[in-house]
Amino acid sequence: MSQRAPLAHARGLGSAKEGAHHWWHQRLSAVALVFLSIWFVVSLISLTGAGYDQVYLWMAHPVVAGLLLLLVVFTFYHLKLGLQVVIEDYIHTEWLKVTSLVVMSGACLVLGLACALSVVSIAFGG
Amino acid sequence: MVEFALPRNSKIGQGKTVPAPAGAKRPKRFQVYRWNPDDKKNPVVDTFEIDLATCGPMVLDALIKIKNEVDATVTFRRSCREGVCGSCAMNIDGTNTLACTKAIEDVKGDVKIYPLPHMPVVKDLVPDLTNFYAQYASVQPWLQADTPNPTRERLQSRGDRAKLDGLWECILCASCSTSCPSYWWNSDRYLGPAALLQAYRFIVDSRDEYTGERLDYLEDPFRLYRCHTIMNCAQTCPKGLNPAKAIAETKKLIQQRR
Repeated sequence: MSQRAPLAHARGLGSAKEGAHHWWHQRLSAVALVFLSIWFVVSLISLTGAGYDQVYLWMAHPVVAGLLLLLVVFTFYHLKLGLQVVIEDYIHTEWLKVTSLVVMSGACLVLGLACALSVVSIAFGG
Repeated sequence: MVEFALPRNSKIGQGKTVPAPAGAKRPKRFQVYRWNPDDKKNPVVDTFEIDLATCGPMVLDALIKIKNEVDATVTFRRSCREGVCGSCAMNIDGTNTLACTKAIEDVKGDVKIYPLPHMPVVKDLVPDLTNFYAQYASVQPWLQADTPNPTRERLQSRGDRAKLDGLWECILCASCSTSCPSYWWNSDRYLGPAALLQAYRFIVDSRDEYTGERLDYLEDPFRLYRCHTIMNCAQTCPKGLNPAKAIAETKKLIQQRR
């Protein structure tokens, strides 16, 4: 049983004065993903039956490449923000929480970069 | 880590069964969670058969009847018996609510009665709400102003007063906070729907002059932003309030001032 006053416990270390940024960006990326995902799925359906070269040319188009880049950025950013909340919610052992957050952020970054670089290399005819 | 199973000393066993008295006209079974800190035993669920023909209509009436006539050791909080004091909040038929306003006939089958979820239990149906009250105190739920006190009431327009509707009715029964999974997992840091609704009640009060300081206090990934709009709070509130809306409005205000 802690000897600390309950109010001291409730106040804890004080306000981190953040959270709004995370919250707002999660919502913005979600809205962006609604439109980008619809565009992406519709595009894929319209490419049904297309050959390798045709899809390659489609991806190399500047507008398409730009939208694909945005899709990749928002997907992995949104994924990172969401997983961060899940980890903070459920993992309370401090070292495990910090490690999970770092590994998760790194994984999102690496996967996101791999996708983004693929789009870029196609766009530049690599 | 989050605990997905009850700890060994919290596993619930089968308790005693007390049948209805002979000649009972409308027997109904009440399953009541029992735990006594003094006997070092695990909690059990006792079953009491009550004759509804000689019992009041609410679950609290049945509990009082059990305590008066069957087992005087059954422990629970109650006071006003009309949904105003918030003392008799407990988990009835799977939902947090007030025993005094929950009609027995609304429960199909046996009436299962447990203490508010995920709180330390003091005894039987009495949860330890120390942290809950401390969190309420931490949002400074009183009017704060630097303008010298007027010689009469602080006036409000009808519109400003209307903003407090849906907020002032909260009786701090803790049904909402203890129904919130986010509060279960992080009640040491997340303030929970009840305290946040009370905080918002003063944030929107036109007479309060500490809105900015109040928002400063709440702007924290855990204190406020652990709310993931699960909405259990609004669903369970026995007064029909919507703490999730108050939390969302608070988030909007913080966004607005950035």
